[in-house]
Amino acid sequence: MTQRIKLDCRGIWKIYGDDPGGFLARHGDKPSLGQFAQAGMVGAVRNTSVSVMEGEIFVIMGLSGSGKSTLVRCLSRLIEPTAGEVYFEGRNLLEMSEAELIDLRRRKMGMVFQHFALLPHLSVLENAAFPLEIQGVDRRTREARAREMIETVGLQGREDYYPRQLSGGQQQRVGIARSLVVEPDLWFLDEPFSALDPLIRREMQDEFLRLQSLLHKTIVFITHDFDEAIRLADRIAVMKEGVIEQIATPEELVLHPATAYVEDFTRHIPRAKVVRLHSIMSAGVPAAAYAGELPGTMTVAEAADQVEAASAPFKVLDEAGVAMGTVASRAVIDVMIGRTMT
Amino acid sequence: MSGTAGQGEAVSLPMPTQAQDKARKRGWLFWLLLFVTTWGFSQWSFALYKALDARWIIRFPKQYELQLDTVISRLMSWLVEEASFGWFTFQQFTRFLSALVEAPYDWVRSLLIDGFSTGIGQQAVQQVPPLSWIAVIVMAMAIAAYARNARLALLAGGCFLYLALFGQWESAMVTLASVAIAVPIGVGGGLLLGILSYRVPVAERILRPLLDLMQTVPVFAYLVPILFLFGFGPVSALVATVIYAMPPMVRVSTVALKSVPEDIIEAGRMMGCTQRQLLWKVCIPTAMPSLMVGVNQVIMLSLNMVIIASMIGAGGLGYDVLTALRRLDIGGGIEAGLAIVVMAIALDRVSQAFATRNVRQRFIKGVPYHQRHPLLSTVLLVLLLTTVLGQFLPFVQSYPDDYTLSTSRYWAAGMEWINVNFFDQLEAVKTVLLTVLLLPVKRFFGGIPWAWGIIAMGLIGWRIGGWRLALMCTLMTFFLAWNGLWAKSMVTVYLCAVSVLLASVIGIPLGVWAGQSARANSIIGTVIDTLQTLPSFVYLIPVVMLFRVGDFSAMIAVVLYALAPAVRYAAHGIRSIDTEMIEAGKVSGCTSRQLLWRIKFPLATPSLLLGLNQTIMLALSMLVITALVGTRDLGQEVYIALTKANTGQGIIAGLSVAFIAIMADRIVAALARRSQQRLGLE
Repeated sequence: MTQRIKLDCRGIWKIYGDDPGGFLARHGDKPSLGQFAQAGMVGAVRNTSVSVMEGEIFVIMGLSGSGKSTLVRCLSRLIEPTAGEVYFEGRNLLEMSEAELIDLRRRKMGMVFQHFALLPHLSVLENAAFPLEIQGVDRRTREARAREMIETVGLQGREDYYPRQLSGGQQQRVGIARSLVVEPDLWFLDEPFSALDPLIRREMQDEFLRLQSLLHKTIVFITHDFDEAIRLADRIAVMKEGVIEQIATPEELVLHPATAYVEDFTRHIPRAKVVRLHSIMSAGVPAAAYAGELPGTMTVAEAADQVEAASAPFKVLDEAGVAMGTVASRAVIDVMIGRTMT
Repeated sequence: MSGTAGQGEAVSLPMPTQAQDKARKRGWLFWLLLFVTTWGFSQWSFALYKALDARWIIRFPKQYELQLDTVISRLMSWLVEEASFGWFTFQQFTRFLSALVEAPYDWVRSLLIDGFSTGIGQQAVQQVPPLSWIAVIVMAMAIAAYARNARLALLAGGCFLYLALFGQWESAMVTLASVAIAVPIGVGGGLLLGILSYRVPVAERILRPLLDLMQTVPVFAYLVPILFLFGFGPVSALVATVIYAMPPMVRVSTVALKSVPEDIIEAGRMMGCTQRQLLWKVCIPTAMPSLMVGVNQVIMLSLNMVIIASMIGAGGLGYDVLTALRRLDIGGGIEAGLAIVVMAIALDRVSQAFATRNVRQRFIKGVPYHQRHPLLSTVLLVLLLTTVLGQFLPFVQSYPDDYTLSTSRYWAAGMEWINVNFFDQLEAVKTVLLTVLLLPVKRFFGGIPWAWGIIAMGLIGWRIGGWRLALMCTLMTFFLAWNGLWAKSMVTVYLCAVSVLLASVIGIPLGVWAGQSARANSIIGTVIDTLQTLPSFVYLIPVVMLFRVGDFSAMIAVVLYALAPAVRYAAHGIRSIDTEMIEAGKVSGCTSRQLLWRIKFPLATPSLLLGLNQTIMLALSMLVITALVGTRDLGQEVYIALTKANTGQGIIAGLSVAFIAIMADRIVAALARRSQQRLGLE
């Protein structure tokens, strides 16, 4: 399956301090951490390259201060990177004029913020319609469109409420409706659920997955919560001190962490929820009695009950539905109880 | 790893505390030495001058005095008489400005008082009558109802009805007309300047010292040049009012715009707002509640200034108070004063209600216009009815004089009764405070030789804020002496010091009490809120009547006026202490007294200092006004300049007051900052 690259950034630097550009040039475009400290500069994002594929959920995960928020603001050009290139659908974002950028944001981008960033003086309906209002769309059209979006996020009946009258989860639904009202291709979510209670957070994650199954946007999702990243992501970029430690699928991250830092994160993750059958199957399908067939993309946790209950192993299918290997209860139990696989 | 760090700390801990201890002791020694030296100089400066026959010790040598006032006066007359921009003169320019302000003012005045007429002088024929008193009252109620609810409408209606009932209607409408013109100019100009300094950092850096000056130069000082440029009359008063009332709006706008949350701005940008859309559709609506606080301030300051500006021809309620004071007409003064109070309360409550207004009627289709906008249609209906009926029934047009109530006689009688029966008690209080507090402090400050004063201020500045503050204090103090105003400055400083001391002694305990008890807070809060809405002029009335003229009367008026911030900041400081700190104290077994002295006071110090700062500022601004009741300080100098129309003298004395205010502000602010840092609150 070949996918088109939607957003491509190469060698992004964001440095804070006096004359960051000169500082970068003086150190041959590759200053070391020591040089940063010596010059009293802060490298919020250092030499970062990321490619986001069309239609995928790309999660950038890092603790506070890791530079993930700065990186996403460089990708949307809310802040100017010190150096690097950002290509959106093949056009360099950083070379666009102010007018081109405004036009692009109006039609192609949407963003959801951690603290909702709703306008306090506008009602739910007006907030959701606001991106269309500033484009000069007439009231009837934009409010009809906003109503649709409000319905999509499940807030119908609250159109005339003001943000302060809503709970946090409801406010973020408005934020989501607002960011989607222009039907953007690229959807940025900056820690959208971090300010919510754990229970609501869970609910909103499900809601988010449901929306994505309907809309198929290209998504850049920022979070500091590794569980959330695992749950939502197609691919995850783990960031630390302005540098990306590893970019991989949740499964790869857990099975093959590239650095000790990533391993620290993955250690407590229940493997069964991440590891898929095709990773633990024994290759080849010898002729024998099988209990049934299971898709290779199924996680171990999902398959566990069936596999354990059956007396015979299962066939594991690839995406085309062809049997690739087998999995027996022993392998599943290994993963479930965390026994080292050999 | 963490273990070794912990050990390192444990070893090095005692060292800094010892050093701190030493520093603290040295600090005390410095302040003690400074005080003792100053006291010594102050005590023996006169003897020193006699012994050495060196008059320069107590008086800045006359031949070296800076004759800045004559220079400024000459510059002023040059501006008025000769200056020219080429194809128009400076005077034409100011006339043009006058006309620009006068046209809307005349219109509002016609609307409220005179009615619209054609023809001039005797031939004038009234074409359209002014708004009837009933219509104005209904409008006030409608605005209040729109801003909040029926209760506020009743308050506003009651206040305006009072004005009609007690025969203050016409004066009140003159005052209201001035406020109605000054406020939009002040708010609009302030907002634009605020936006400018939000957008352009350079503009902010230029504006900030200008605003500092505008807010600290006493009002009387710029009345003189304004009088020169715009002549005696309402226009001058309006210009002065705008200058006085605009600075807070500039500051509030800048701060309000800066405190719009970053993510809201980012959201606006991500939606593709242009710069202009971002400002007018995102930032300003988001900042609206804070901006309305600024509007409230502009309204109250305008009212305050319109009252004061009656001295240069604003007329209205202020003029009534002024003439009553001059005639010592006790009853009339109190009556006009009460009318000001009533108006201040109405304006303040209604404009505050706008700041917190949040109910909004939604657009509903298919409902007739008058049902969708009940308030507006009521007002229009009443307007129409009263205008038509007013043609036939005079009492609808204007409140009949025969039915006005006058309380003036009772007030006069009441005051007389107090003065007759309590004369001895009042006199005793006055005498005790004078001998115990005022005179010793006056002697202390009055005796300080100017040279030592400059050095001492430099030392204080250096000790508290480093060499920059030291330089500023030295130069500003030198300015006072150089212009031959040392003695008067010291009178100002003494009166200010005594008043601030008394205001703090009274205000801080009240504030602490209000901070600890909700019931006390509701009572004290209401009283303080009301005190703070009153125009400064009003405070003079009862004080003069009870204590006649002099330093003591001035001090009482200043204390009353400057009390509010001391109370407010103390209450705020106590209330904003983290409850965990107080719980920690209780768990450790503090008595409530220990809790107050060991925990609450230290933690509230920054807040108390900020309150002190505000108290000093208010005290200084009030001191200038108390020149009217006969003080012999810088305020009197400004006031004399005003009566003699001496521009230079007025500006120099005004600048001197401003410099004292700025020094006090910077020193106290530096103290507050330091205590915040020490508590880790920044």
